[in-house]
Amino acid sequence: MKNVFIYTEIEDGLVADVSLELFSKGKKLAQQLGVKLGAIAIGAELKDIEKQLFPYGVDIIYKAEDSRLEIYQNMPYSALVSQIIQENQPQIVLFGASSIGRDLAPRIASALKCGLTADCTSLEIGDHYVKKTETNYTNLLYQIRPAFGGNIIATIINPDMHPQMATVREGVMKKEIFDINHQGEIVHIDSANILKDEHFVVEIIERHIEKSKINIKGAPIVVSGGYGVGSYENFQLLYELAEVLGGEVGGSRAAVDAGFIEHERQIGQTGVTVRPKLYIACGISGAVQHRAGMEESAMIISINTDANAPINKIADYTILGDVATLIPKMIKYYKKNAK
Amino acid sequence: MKGLNIIVLAKQVPDTRNVGKDAMKADGTVNRSALPAIFNPEDLNALEMALSVKDKIKNSTVTILTMGPGRAAEIIREGLYRGADNGFLITDRKFAGSDTLATSYAISQAIKKIAAYDIIFAGRQAIDGDTAQVGPQVAEKLCIPQVTYAENINAITAKDITIKRRLERGIEIVKSTYPLLVTVHSSAPECRSRNAKYVMKYKHAHTETELQESAEDYLKLQVERPYLRIAEWSVQDIQADVELLGLSGSPTKVKDVINVVLQSKDSKTYTTSDTDIESLMKELIDNHTIG
Repeated sequence: MKNVFIYTEIEDGLVADVSLELFSKGKKLAQQLGVKLGAIAIGAELKDIEKQLFPYGVDIIYKAEDSRLEIYQNMPYSALVSQIIQENQPQIVLFGASSIGRDLAPRIASALKCGLTADCTSLEIGDHYVKKTETNYTNLLYQIRPAFGGNIIATIINPDMHPQMATVREGVMKKEIFDINHQGEIVHIDSANILKDEHFVVEIIERHIEKSKINIKGAPIVVSGGYGVGSYENFQLLYELAEVLGGEVGGSRAAVDAGFIEHERQIGQTGVTVRPKLYIACGISGAVQHRAGMEESAMIISINTDANAPINKIADYTILGDVATLIPKMIKYYKKNAK
Repeated sequence: MKGLNIIVLAKQVPDTRNVGKDAMKADGTVNRSALPAIFNPEDLNALEMALSVKDKIKNSTVTILTMGPGRAAEIIREGLYRGADNGFLITDRKFAGSDTLATSYAISQAIKKIAAYDIIFAGRQAIDGDTAQVGPQVAEKLCIPQVTYAENINAITAKDITIKRRLERGIEIVKSTYPLLVTVHSSAPECRSRNAKYVMKYKHAHTETELQESAEDYLKLQVERPYLRIAEWSVQDIQADVELLGLSGSPTKVKDVINVVLQSKDSKTYTTSDTDIESLMKELIDNHTIG
């Protein structure tokens, strides 16, 4: 059976959110295809990892344990994942588009000579017909992502060379427990047989990973700024508004590139996807890459000096004006009227 | 003392910050000719890292390797102006339509032709695709280790290198021997500017194709100063299998591209007047969106 596999990111014994989100999506794809959902889990000791994975609908866990595998390293991990894929021939393999997934997936795609689509914002199953050769492909993975430039969405497929591989950013898919009582099987991988000394030539000397302090993904209100905010100083107004309303601050890629805000707060295709109760877009024109990360917000307010900015079309409220004048007024009238 | 042989992978990219309507062709590939072309920003960080190694380890050389249409020779000149020693342009119509797998195959074949290398530096990703795939894929094809997201070289000797990596939520310091491929993050030091001395030396550096297209006769100059010749390599020159290049060598296909037409929502528009803002805030409080 050509199953759907997810690479499982694990930090300090905990499965990363981005992986859990992919299990939820992967389960739906697997059910649609009538196949099983597999998890590739690698680490020094993965005792009880199944307790975290089975409720998300995982049917098979490929567990590779070795004392040398405590921390992610490109060479040994890619050797193991490549081997597991080659032996089990899944039709789809998904990775989080994280520091780890983006380091690992391309190396594996190159080793297996298969395609890889980065930063997908949607994954669907569909067919494809090639007129020239009169070939009909059924049940391919549509890897959908905003492409180069403006308002363009591309659907990428890998008709001939499988597995079909893709990376997806954290927050794009929704994490949902499949069945708290779901059970699956565990396959133990003989890591010692696959790992070689030369896989460990890059030596980790030091490592500091902080738990993310910023929680834009979970914030009920997001005040977000784009290049149109104009300056780092003006961005401080966004922080004031967010604090008053009990929200978080985000930014578009243009604002990150301009140095107005840190990358960790970037919203959009190459940043975080958010679905807050209220999204206030300040000086954001609304390129498709940005909208991909926020258009499912329950309510959108756009503050923009340009009446024709694309973001206004998806906004519930548009305020025509500049951020520096408006935000102090919003704070003032919120405080005056708040119950 | 033996220096290090360094290769920098650099790409000429359309400036995605200035995208017009003709950016895409009907087949879903990028219409590069319709856009201003620039040195991919993170490849400049990679070039700086390479030049800093050359500064520290005597007798080292920096070679720029780029793949693209004829005008990508500009990337090599930019490298030479900043202190690189030479460069190669991989160019052939048969590369057209290559995805990251086919591209990394072509680049790895060219690197095998260069043969002598200790460190390969490349930008983490190019702004036209943001995939960050070609660096790791080249490393895999050459069977050498990779260190991605480099921010700083903490220490370097003729035998090994210690690199600080910038991760999403932290940093990692790693040490490796050579050969090695390093992808460089935008948080790494910015590239030095052009050096007037090198600009004078290399301003007439051209490829064969550029010579043929030029009204001026640089041929004599190139015979006197062979370093002014930028080599162009075709599929044949890098001994690549044409089946593994272009559309036939690319497992990913663009099924379709759609223009997103935004359906206007029932939207209310306000001005910056105090009355407008107060009524908006009241409405948001009343419908429990805020407060």
